[in-house]
This record gives sequence, structure tokens and C-alpha cells, in this order.
Amino acid sequence: MVDREYDVIIIGGGPAGLAAGLYTARARRRSLLLERAAAGGWIMNAELVENYPGFPQGINGLELADLMSEQAKKYGLEVLLAEVTGLELEGERKVIKTAEGDFTARAVIIASGSDRVKLGVPGEEEFIGRGVGYCALCDAAFFREVPVAVVGGGNAAIDDALHLSKFAVKVTVIHRRQQLRATTILQERAFAEPKIEFRWDTVVAAIEGGAKVERLRLRNVRSGEESTLDVSGIFVALGSTPNTGYLKDILPLDASGAVITNEKMETGVPGVFAAGDIRASSIRQVVAATGDGATAAVYAEKFVVEQGRH
Amino acid sequence: MSKPVEVNDDNFDQMVLQAKTPVLVDFWAAWCGPCRMVAPIVEELAGEYEGRVSFTKLDVDQNPRTASKYGIMSIPSLIIFKDGSPASNLVGFRPKADLKRSLDDVLG
Repeated sequence: MVDREYDVIIIGGGPAGLAAGLYTARARRRSLLLERAAAGGWIMNAELVENYPGFPQGINGLELADLMSEQAKKYGLEVLLAEVTGLELEGERKVIKTAEGDFTARAVIIASGSDRVKLGVPGEEEFIGRGVGYCALCDAAFFREVPVAVVGGGNAAIDDALHLSKFAVKVTVIHRRQQLRATTILQERAFAEPKIEFRWDTVVAAIEGGAKVERLRLRNVRSGEESTLDVSGIFVALGSTPNTGYLKDILPLDASGAVITNEKMETGVPGVFAAGDIRASSIRQVVAATGDGATAAVYAEKFVVEQGRH
Repeated sequence: MSKPVEVNDDNFDQMVLQAKTPVLVDFWAAWCGPCRMVAPIVEELAGEYEGRVSFTKLDVDQNPRTASKYGIMSIPSLIIFKDGSPASNLVGFRPKADLKRSLDDVLG
């Protein structure tokens, strides 16, 4: 039988949520983390996390996720597989509704992260699993010795291109601007890899094929010129968007849909905090997410203590 | 909770295609994050649908023959086989409700 009443409930089991849970559990607050899948979050898609301090050789994303989860559970964080279906955040005891029943908490930390952005062009939905992919790390091995494309210019896109270059015969990076957003060290690696080519100022207009993806229709955003590119696979790496659909009309969000917080990670609703990628102006890095999680946890703990005095 | 059974290239025909009940096959690999995310959901469903649907998993890295036969180009792919052929195919991480809907559709 699962307990129903907690001091702190954390929604989302990525680095922000797990760090928050580590802190609230060590503060000996009854803490529950709700996650709709296995805990770990976005880092589970990273082959090697090279920018989280303390791992000079880098660390595999799945391994880092497991370690964070293990560390938080060691101090008493409870983790439950459950998708949140509703929230009642006003009042002293906040109610979190899930498919596994309702839970209550004095403070809530929202750390449900971000979802991948889709390309939104003809052919994308049709060819999912037949050449259109969103996880190059998962699927690169299915594209041995064939040409593939990656759409995007940020860290995720360049990581994907580098990983795919170990398998594919050629990787074309399609980017709508003239320069990459990715960290300089990743750019250096990509420019040094002979299998990686770039199409600048270019967007994908359509994805075409028969049973599987065969070619892309491309358009140059400056000249308007159209062209085609023969590929067997296309990986979409356009970044992510805050997963806040279920928070509309409940918490103040910015124009991009991210949760607005102050420097204590407080949202507009007393006792409700937000941490990680979901937060406005988040840099969407593991190191920042864990920092947010710790900050949110410390102020959530203070809130619970003060509330207890009344 | 009943765990999904590992199947492979050699026993796929017997375990999946010849089965009397529908069989869900979770095509996965060790390096795949979304596969790891979906695994506990599949385990829960294995308990909830016990006796009505068999739950299995196939490591695409170890069993390329079967993965290629069913045109797997993206994992996780959750294919529900009924009477020896695919009746439903879900690609990528999906929430539990989506998986339940597919299972219920196949069960009719």
C-alpha cells in the first residue's frame, strides 16, 4: 500500500527532480517523486555527458541517471511510476491526481522537463520508425553504410551527427542559419569529421519515399532555391519545448510555455516550486538542472517548516 | 508483477508467431534510453494483461535477423503480434495510456 500524504511531492524524475528529492529526503521530509516512465530524464539519451563536473572522462547518460536515482533513493526518496492527470495547488495540502490515485503534499516541486520539438513537415509522421528518428543514439546502428541527415544546429544535433558518422556513409547537417549554436568544442569535432557535411541556411520542406525514407526536399531560406537530398534516414534534433501542457491556467507561464520562477525557484503559487528545463531561462544542462533542484528543495523545506509553525 | 520473457532469432517463430494469444514484442537495445524509460511501463502492463497477452522482449543487437525481418529502424518499437503477424506497431517512447489503447484494440 502506497502512502498518500507527503511533505514534498516532486513531479518528474530527471536530474532536477532527483536532485530535489535527494535534498528533501536528506532533510528527513517525507518525499515522493512521480515519474511517468523510468527515472532519468533526458540524460538517458546522452552517450557521454562531458560537461557535468566530477567525471573527467565523461559519463554515459544512462549510468549517470541510475547513479542519481540510486543516491536519492538511498536517503529515503520514494519513486512511483505514475502519470499526473490533475493538480489542485491552492490551499495548505496540495492535491496531485494520478492514474494511481490521489496524493497530497505541503510543497510541490515541478520538474517535468521538456519534450522534443518536431519538424512539422509533410512525411514526418508517416515515416516515423521508417527512417524518421528522434534518437540517433538508439537508432544509428540501423543506418550502416547509408547516407543520413540531421536537422538542427545545437548541441543535440551535433552530438547526433558525430554519433551517426560512426555508422553512416555520410551525414548531412541541415541548419536554417549560417552558423551552429552548438558548443565550440563540438563544432570543432564536427568540422574535423570528413563524413559530416553541412547545408547552411536550409530547411526541410518535405520527407519523401516509398516503404521507407528515400529523399528530402530542401529549401534555401535566403535564395528560395529548392533541392533534393537522397538519404535513408533523417534525425530531428531541433531542441525541446517545456512540458507544461498540464500546467496551463494553473501556474504563470512565459510566452514559450516555460514556468516563471524567482531566484528561489518559487512559482506564483505559494508552496509550489519549479526546477530544471521546465523553468523560464533554463540553460537546459544537467549541471543547471541539479542546481535548480537543490535550490527548490531547500526553499520547499523552509516553506514546510514555516507552515508547520502556524 | 510478471516480467517480459526474452525471445531471440531462434525461438521467435515458436514463442511469438505460433502463439495462441496475442504477443507484445518490445524491440530494444542496451544503449537506448527511451527503451529503458518504457521498460517499467511494459512490466506493469505485463501484470495487468496476464493471461490475455504474452509480453516478450527482443534485443535487436543480439538478434538482427528478426529485427531486420520486421523492418525495425527505430527503438523502442513495440509490436503486438496476433495470429503470426503484426497487428499494431508503436515506435518510440509512449505513455502508458497509448500502450493500453493499442493492446485493447488488438484484443478487440
